[in-house]
Parts: sequence; structure tokens; C-alpha cells
Amino acid sequence: MGYPHPIHPRETPVLSTHFGDATARTFAGWVELGGYAALRAALGMTPEAIVDQVKASGLRGRGGAGFPTGLKWSFMPKDTSRTHYLCCNADESEPGTFKDREILRWTPHALIEGCAIAALAIRAEMTYIYIRGEYTDPHRILQDAVAEAYAAGALGPDAFGSGKRLDVVVHRGAGAYICGEETAMMNSLEGRRGNPRIKPPFPAVAGLFGLPTTINNVETLAAVPHIITRGAAWYNSLCLGNPKSTGTKLISVCGHVQRPGTYEITLGFPMRDLIFDLCGGMLPGRTLKAVIPGGSSVPIMTPEEVDGCATDYEGIAAAGSLLGSGGMIVMDDSTDLVYQVMRLARFYAHESCAQCTNCREGTAWTTRILERILRGEGKESDLALLMDLADNMTGKTICVLSDSCATPVVSGIQKFRADFDAYLTGAAAPVAIGA
Amino acid sequence: MSIESTEAHQPVFVGAVRERLETLQDNYPTRMALLLPALWMVQEERGWISDAAVHEVATVLELTPAYVRGVLTFYTMYHQHPVGRHFVQVCTTSPCNICGAEDVVAAVLAESGCGDLGATSPDGRFTVIEVECLGACGFATPMLINDDFIESVTPVTVPALLARYR
Repeated sequence: MGYPHPIHPRETPVLSTHFGDATARTFAGWVELGGYAALRAALGMTPEAIVDQVKASGLRGRGGAGFPTGLKWSFMPKDTSRTHYLCCNADESEPGTFKDREILRWTPHALIEGCAIAALAIRAEMTYIYIRGEYTDPHRILQDAVAEAYAAGALGPDAFGSGKRLDVVVHRGAGAYICGEETAMMNSLEGRRGNPRIKPPFPAVAGLFGLPTTINNVETLAAVPHIITRGAAWYNSLCLGNPKSTGTKLISVCGHVQRPGTYEITLGFPMRDLIFDLCGGMLPGRTLKAVIPGGSSVPIMTPEEVDGCATDYEGIAAAGSLLGSGGMIVMDDSTDLVYQVMRLARFYAHESCAQCTNCREGTAWTTRILERILRGEGKESDLALLMDLADNMTGKTICVLSDSCATPVVSGIQKFRADFDAYLTGAAAPVAIGA
Repeated sequence: MSIESTEAHQPVFVGAVRERLETLQDNYPTRMALLLPALWMVQEERGWISDAAVHEVATVLELTPAYVRGVLTFYTMYHQHPVGRHFVQVCTTSPCNICGAEDVVAAVLAESGCGDLGATSPDGRFTVIEVECLGACGFATPMLINDDFIESVTPVTVPALLARYR
């Protein structure tokens, strides 16, 4: 449902059905709602059968990259002479994204069950759920749920009497956006600075503690029990015309809409209807100016690009942006795009791990140049300089944090040039900032 | 070198705290993986992580102090200096920013008596910082006070909210 709002008739509640219902947090409550039937079923399946079912469902990674989940699992080695690990990425930190938080705090057992099934599929006994340090309540709720699952025998050395070991450990981060990058997350779990690693080797070959590892997002794993219980064909049928984008997606909508919240749509749902119908549209007297549809790392869209855009992986790409994490930031005509692009650049500068020169220098200088434009001290050549910097920050570093900083800058300048020109010509009042 | 090097350090990892740390070892194949949990435990016990505590963690986990310091400084939630009794973090990243987060910061700074970001109020009650994206963008403006996560704060609700923290 569009939590914290009542369910909208045009939503497709699957993962979000029990958001807001505290009884779903408990083991007993979850079982009463049909929970853990999928894990019991999966304990009787071969790893190959689980992988095949998830492959057939069309489920793709919900953290941002959209990689087919079953295919990712199939990269794990078949032999178990070495320990295998599953990591669940609960380091939700991408500005605009707050959907995993609802799963973590309302339906923690959906995640634990998904982790357990995925662990069976990749032949892992140990799952680490890496949760960001700032999610204090979800951390407590998840830890309580894990303890309950152990006490009930769903986890442990003999999960549901199957003879199979399934362990889940909740590991708390300590404040670092970059630890949502999968290789940085593994370093952080090992007790290191959260610097991303060079790939290859890919995690399935040499991941956590140097051993075969799969990393999946919270929402991805929470969808798995439904696919096991209701079948791949059912999940596949949740589709609005594009066979490459199946299932439901949680879209967390924030900013200038009447009803911000987390909405669950069938992939392909019209973006305009999501904003203007489900979310109630703009605040009174305001008009839509810009949308960042998939977390702050994706290109900013204009209202024209939103019109006719299907909210799925290919649909948003065709409209000039990306589905990303599904964290949608809606901005009305009161928004100063230059200021907000600066805030995003400042975010990336703050969060850069600083091991790559292009990122360390590029994010910092991008922020400083945007600040001087806002102070009314910008030069006409600054926009070309920002574009040149952005080019040097794209595709040239170990991870994509640098690219993510460049993206709003480039799309902002290209699509909202008038906002930048207003500062450069003196038409906009200078902002007291930085220096 | 440390601001408290003249004071005797009371060890953190003794008794029940040490037991809790060693129990966690069952979850990890290496000693080093206990570093983030150990730093959290120091902060829970002492409110911040002193240089003497860094040395203690290094000894307990068989790492070097330089290594521990390198990891400690990477993560923003570990306090490397003492802070007020109540540590307030206000989100001001874009989604909250466009919903008035900077006005919330101004209200918190005024009401808490801190005056400046990062400063502790003269009565030692509050330290206030801006934080990048708390991940609750639909509930602008979210705020962390110690471990309490508070949603939908506005300048109007700030005085009553801070009054709950003596």
C-alpha cells in the first residue's frame, strides 16, 4: 500500500500488503498470514529448482542495477568445498529511497524467509544482513525477528527439521553511503574501510572473506517467497506489456506531492498516473517541474519526459532516465534546480570514499563550482567546466559514485539550463553559501 | 596526542561487555570482522571513542591502533570527540531540503542553544549536526535524536520535541 496511506485501488499489493500492521512483525503473526510456507517448500527443493523458478519469474534486482536475480544466483559455484555467503543489502541510503525501510520495519520475516530461500539456492549456510546504522528502529525490529525465527526453528542448524543449516546475522553499518556498493559492503563487513573493490574478481568467485558470495537487495529477497508459493507464471503475469519487466516494484515517492509514501505498482504503470493519481498530484497552486525517478543517481526528467513514460526498466530508460532503486523525488515549480543539484553534489562529495582521484577531486570541485554559481560569482565558462568535469567522472573510477554525482549535474544543465543562466546573468538573487 | 592521554583509561572490554564481544565471534570467521561491532560497543558504553579506547580495541582484536583509527574515521556515526547528552542529526539532503529541512535545522539550533552546527550547547544537553539522507524521504524532515528516529519534524514541532530530552 502507499504507506502511510490507505491502499490505492490501482496499486498491486504483494510485498506491501501488511505495511502498517504490527502483528505481521511477529513470527506467529507472520505464520498466520501464510508466512514461512515458502521456506518449508524450498527446503524440499533442489538449489537448481529454486534458481530455475526465480529465473522463470523474471525477477530483477530491485536495488538499482536491475540484474536478473536467478541468473546472478546461477553464477555461484555448484561445489561446496568452500564456504558460500549470502549478503543482503539493507544499506538503503540513496536519496529519495525509503522502500526497504518499510519491509525491514513492517515485514522483517518476509526478508528473513527470502534470505533463507536464497541461501538454499546458492548453497550458503550463512547470510549477513548489512543494515545502515541510521535505521535504528528497523535494526531493532529485524534483530527481534531473527531471534524469533531461531527460537521457532526456522533458522539454525536444522531449519524446520530439514537437516539443513541456515544462519542469519544482522550486521550494523556505521554511516557511509558507499557501503551500499556491494564490494564496499563486503569490505565493511570484514572490518575494513568501505572502499569498493576492483571487479573482476566478481563476488560469486571471490567475495566476502575471499569466498563465493551473492549480494541481493532487501526488496529482491522479500519477493522470493511469493514467487516460490505462487509460482513463476503468476509473477510473470504481473506485467503491463513489457516482458523484460515483470512483477511489482515498490516506488517510494517524496518531495512535492500531496501523499508521499511507498507505493507498490505493477511494473509498466504510467509514471504520470503514479504522481498525479496515486500520490494525489502537486500541492495546491503548484505545477510539476522535475522528477528524479530512481534515486538521486539517475538523470533528472522533465514533465514532458514523464508524460507517457512507463515505470519499468526499459520504459524509463527510453524516456531518458533509469528506474534505479525506485526512489522518486518529485519537484514542483518552487524548486531551484541549481541549489538542489548542488545539494546532491555535496552529498556525493561527502560520501566519496576518496580512493579514486576523479571522484575525490571531481565531486569536491563540482560542489565548489555550483556553490560559486549560487553565490552569483559564476562565470559563463563554468557550465562547460562542469560538463568537462562530469565527463572525467563518468566511467573512469572503481565504482559508480562518481558517475552518480555527474548524472544530476549533466541532466540538470541540459534540461534546466534557464535555472543556471539566471544565476550567471544576475537575474536570480545570490545565495549566501559555501566560500 | 590524545586529549585525554593523561587520564587513566578504564577498559571497556571486561566482564559482560567482553563476553558479549566474544559471543559475536561465533558469527564471523575472522577477528577483524568484529571491528565495527566493537566500536559500536565502545560508543554505547562511553558515548564516544577516545584514542585510549582505540588502543584497547586494537589490543583486543589483534590489530594495530593505526588500522583501527583508519576504519574509525571512515564511518560518520562514530564520535571521535565527546558530544552532548543528546546527539541530534537532521537530514538536509535534497528530498528533505525541498520540503523545508533547512528551516528545521535553524529551529533546532535556536531551540537547543547550540548556535552552530557541530557545537554542543552550553548546558551540555545537545549537539546538533546536519546529516546526509536518513532514508525516510517521504517523512520529511526526519531526525535522529540519539537512537530515536523521528519522522515529519517541522519548525513548529521542534520545541515540544526537544523538551522531551532533558
